[in-house]
Amino acid sequence: MIAGFGAIVARDLRLALRQGSDSLMVVTFFVLTVVLFPFGVGPEAGILERISAGVLWVTALLASMLSLDRLFQTDYEDGSLDLMTRGPAPLGVLVLGKVTAHWLTTGLPLLLAAPVLAVLLNMNAAGFGVLVLAFLIGTPTLSLIGAVGAALVLGARRGGVLLSLLVLPLYIPVLVFGVSAVDAAVMDLPVRAQLLILGGFLFAAAALCPWATAAALRQAVE
Amino acid sequence: MHRFANPNRFLKLANAILPWAAGATVILLLAGLYFSLVASPEDYQQGATVRIMYVHVPAAWMALFVYTAMAVASAVALIWKHPVSDLFAKAASPVGAAFTFIALATGAFWGKPMWGTWWVWDARLTSMLILFFLYLGHMALMNAFDDPQRGFRAAAVLALVGVVNVPIIKFSVDWWNTLHQPASVVRMDGPAIDPAMMTPLLLMAFAFKAYFVTVVLLRMRGEIAEAKVRAISMSQVHG
Repeated sequence: MIAGFGAIVARDLRLALRQGSDSLMVVTFFVLTVVLFPFGVGPEAGILERISAGVLWVTALLASMLSLDRLFQTDYEDGSLDLMTRGPAPLGVLVLGKVTAHWLTTGLPLLLAAPVLAVLLNMNAAGFGVLVLAFLIGTPTLSLIGAVGAALVLGARRGGVLLSLLVLPLYIPVLVFGVSAVDAAVMDLPVRAQLLILGGFLFAAAALCPWATAAALRQAVE
Repeated sequence: MHRFANPNRFLKLANAILPWAAGATVILLLAGLYFSLVASPEDYQQGATVRIMYVHVPAAWMALFVYTAMAVASAVALIWKHPVSDLFAKAASPVGAAFTFIALATGAFWGKPMWGTWWVWDARLTSMLILFFLYLGHMALMNAFDDPQRGFRAAAVLALVGVVNVPIIKFSVDWWNTLHQPASVVRMDGPAIDPAMMTPLLLMAFAFKAYFVTVVLLRMRGEIAEAKVRAISMSQVHG
């Protein structure tokens, strides 16, 4: 079981490394979209500081969704998915492996880019640590929820647009508590509760989402 | 339950129920409208705007009820491959979306005079909005595949995933401090609402429920007819 998990993570990371474009594309999208905001709302430091946490979270949400439709698509097309669903390793574990690899290639780069962009948006330095911490807990949840959506739209017409309709409403709780954690840190308030709730989301998603994703994948290759 | 996996047997039952459900809808709706618009008192604070409640609350109840029923049907469809539950889920989700929209819209009309605003981002309103999007996603996913069976199964998984939202909506007014008032009908210590207002509210709630049964049965009948037409034209093409 552990071997299957490790093999999937290693395979997906190797694929991402050799094909190379996905992580870079996601981070570039993240940076460019955040950079649009000072042009959109004007460069006043006060306004940017006030909206910085929300802008970073919303943009990270969209960026992590951008790469989702490729999560299972290539495996679905070349038949690897058929082998995975019929192989001896539990499908839920393999899904967890794929989600882990997805987070390492897209979530982690976002996490690294976030503090730099926070500086550009004039965020109070007190928020940086909590921003990284909240991203660390929150973005894996996004990958887990996104995997369910990605599995559901396999083979659908206009899968990409449909994916956003399915996944974005389910992202809202993470967004709410992620932003409120960073805002609390900036205002020097305790952030423990928000981070604990984000952690709760992560554990609940880690327990339930691979299961739902496996069910969705099975019906896709049936 | 498996007795009614046969569409023809289901149709026989549906045709028997339909006139009763339609009649109950008309009678309950007329009675409910009379009591809610004419025979019920005005609120001592809200005046006549309190009458919005008789549409708003039943619609919100139905929005949750339809989603829950849809999720149960989806589970039945996934576990036992029950074809009629698939049809129920497909028939119910646009109706549920309509109830959710009515609840949101009447809530806005009620909120403007009472709270002074059309919309606030509190937990109850936001979770209802998410429910609306879940319905839309369910409908879109159902129709996104060339093979209708794939649409049924994918939508069933989505309906089960979205079920986490239902308890959040129900308890949002207890868990968070919201502008929306807490539950006042279904409570541990009995309803906190005057009987004169309770009567029209319950009449309207049952009218909405009978309407839902009528419309869903009609839509399911249409779906079965469509499947038959498709099968006939397929057999003609393949000779």
